[in-house]
Amino acid sequence: MKLLTVSGSPHYHAKESVSSLMYGVIFSLIPAMLVSFYFFGLPAILITLTAVVSCMFFEFIIQKYLIKGPVTIFDGSAIITGVLLAFNVPANLPLGLMVIGSAVAIGMGKMTFGGLGKNPFNPALVGRVFLMISFPVQMTTYPKPTAFTTQLTDVVTGPTPLTALKDGVTQGVPVSEIMTQLPEYGRLLIGNMGGSAGEISAIAIILGGIYMVIKKIISWHIPVTFIGSAAIFAALFWLINPEVYPDPVFQLLTGGLMLGAIYMATDYTTSPMAPWGMIIFGVGCGLLTMIIRFFGAYPEGVAFSILIMNAFVPLINRGFKPKRFGEEVKNG
Amino acid sequence: MGGVHPPENKLAEKQTIERLDPPKSVAIPLAQHLGVPAEPVVARGDQVKTGQRIAKGEAFISAHIHSSVSGKVKKVDAVVDASGYRKKAIIIDVEGDEWEEGIELDEGLQKQCDLDAKEIMTKVQEAGIVGMGGATFPSHVKLNVPKGKKAEYLIINGVECEPCLTADHRLMMEKGEEIMVGIELQMKALGVKQAIIGIEQNKPDAIQHLTRLAADYDGISVQALEVKYPQGAEKQLIKALINREVPSGKLPIEVGCVVHNVGTAFAVYEAVQKNKPLIERVVTVSGTSVKKPSNFMARIGTPVSALIEAAGGLPEDTGKVINGGPMMGKALNDLEVPVTKGTSGILIFTENESPRPPEQNCIRCARCLTICPMGLEPYLLAQLAEKQRLEECEDERIMDCMECGSCLYICPSAKPLLDHIRVGKTRVGKMIRERSG
Repeated sequence: MKLLTVSGSPHYHAKESVSSLMYGVIFSLIPAMLVSFYFFGLPAILITLTAVVSCMFFEFIIQKYLIKGPVTIFDGSAIITGVLLAFNVPANLPLGLMVIGSAVAIGMGKMTFGGLGKNPFNPALVGRVFLMISFPVQMTTYPKPTAFTTQLTDVVTGPTPLTALKDGVTQGVPVSEIMTQLPEYGRLLIGNMGGSAGEISAIAIILGGIYMVIKKIISWHIPVTFIGSAAIFAALFWLINPEVYPDPVFQLLTGGLMLGAIYMATDYTTSPMAPWGMIIFGVGCGLLTMIIRFFGAYPEGVAFSILIMNAFVPLINRGFKPKRFGEEVKNG
Repeated sequence: MGGVHPPENKLAEKQTIERLDPPKSVAIPLAQHLGVPAEPVVARGDQVKTGQRIAKGEAFISAHIHSSVSGKVKKVDAVVDASGYRKKAIIIDVEGDEWEEGIELDEGLQKQCDLDAKEIMTKVQEAGIVGMGGATFPSHVKLNVPKGKKAEYLIINGVECEPCLTADHRLMMEKGEEIMVGIELQMKALGVKQAIIGIEQNKPDAIQHLTRLAADYDGISVQALEVKYPQGAEKQLIKALINREVPSGKLPIEVGCVVHNVGTAFAVYEAVQKNKPLIERVVTVSGTSVKKPSNFMARIGTPVSALIEAAGGLPEDTGKVINGGPMMGKALNDLEVPVTKGTSGILIFTENESPRPPEQNCIRCARCLTICPMGLEPYLLAQLAEKQRLEECEDERIMDCMECGSCLYICPSAKPLLDHIRVGKTRVGKMIRERSG
């Protein structure tokens, strides 16, 4: 008789795999991608393609020739890093810089720690912050959204709502006056504003987030607490002095807050494991984002706040455990 | 808290229980229960009758063993059992089917019982009954409530949350009255006024049937439970039925409960009312490639191969044969392994269904921790166990793990979480024993 397989239980395995989860995330990014392509046109498509291809290329090179291990560039994780990195930069960023950013994201952000699942910091954000510090001019020259265009050069650029706000407030202009020159909330919600390629449309990103929660790809804890705590913090300051601090709705709809809360902070590897840990992490991200926006030198603080909280994850995991069965005995 | 939803695949749920004839030869292991193995009281060459005691379990946690057939003791020897190890067993060559005197063989329902609690308990012990859900803890020990503790509820486990298995389901459908009487006897033995039968909602016919029967019995009720694995784990079942949490490291009696399987209730009925020791049980034989998925009433000691033969034979593309359910069962390396008191099913997997998915890096998705029914952190326990950081394993409550397999089932990276945790538990258990001298 032929030999039987003998292995420990369980003998069933769920259908979900690493790549099915990763491709689920990629699928949920489609609405945000379409909005980005619509408003920023061909440059947005090119920058996204460049980032994805470069990320996969650098992962391949490193896995094949440096680590000399298995090549896993099709598990979807490098594609996500690429898409999110592209979403985090201005659509008209020179493609060469995008390649450099991808090399840093994959090389320094991910592979140097051992690859998938081993990196302490969100790789796309590592790439983004590297570009931000190294190429501040290119990284803060945002194209104005114009419905689909094929222009590659001479795009009209302009400030993002958050940059306009920061500049105005610094010069002492009251918020109410700055607001008159910014798009109304309906346009902000759809994403018709200046900003990084994929961060602009709150509604498309929320749609993707809802899909991921329903499909149980992510849990609600981090996005809800991130957005919620940012909103509450912003509301407090707005109530105290509405001439210096804009209302919370504006804060939520602008910059990278939605993209950060739903896609960057929820990265499995760099966020806490237990539900209470996720909540602490989300609140930390929300508060730090608003503190940087209000008091920092940069108009936007999402990337920094998530990277700072990433650094606390091992500590959070030690401090916050799931509720053990039979721990609190309140029987009666 | 936690839980997973594996595919149910209850292919044999409509197949009525079919009685199998005794095989040509049986191997009856001496360790079919938790605790101390029984001591043989027969020797090579002895003639034995069906139902005759052939080994006695006198230790505090042990159980007697009876011959499931009539014939001649061929030898007492080590045979491979479901664990994969060679264990001592009594091997009997079958000759006819002559039953021990005093065992009632007619199938008529016997409701009336004049025995007192003590006498019922003695009968249960005499019959060698053990937990038939798979844990095989000697039943008379559970019916004997320790001093200072009080039982309030008898919980009857009809959950059968393991996929594929249908043995308990069929028993509830076909032996409902007997189970009710068995429950009543156990209630009397324990001195409890209330018994709750928990059944998962995927068995509406059983819920309906037992609810109707329970109307005629005082203090017995049926509760439908959400379909979720491991709903039938003792602690999870108590939590779901009466919302009490058994504290870490403690037994159900701590919260006033005694839990028995429906199969055990039926065995108690047969022991007390019919004088029949535990010598046969219902075994599901199933699998997607099995010609005739079935539920058999099989004699203890019947080789697994005989059951597979009765279900249409071993399919050509078989890759794995499992003793028990797909979540907690053991893969067999030998098909001559005998059916024991704890064998609830024999599952046949095709070659394609057999291997685990390839292992990948842990992506820290937190699924294992979200679904762990004990609120543990399997990813962490597996890491600590792998590195033999045993004190930390203990602090993270590795001993609370009941090895339900949900973590490995759900892991998208197919990390061998439970494998590491099992080894860790063994090591931590040893460390604890050495510490306490």
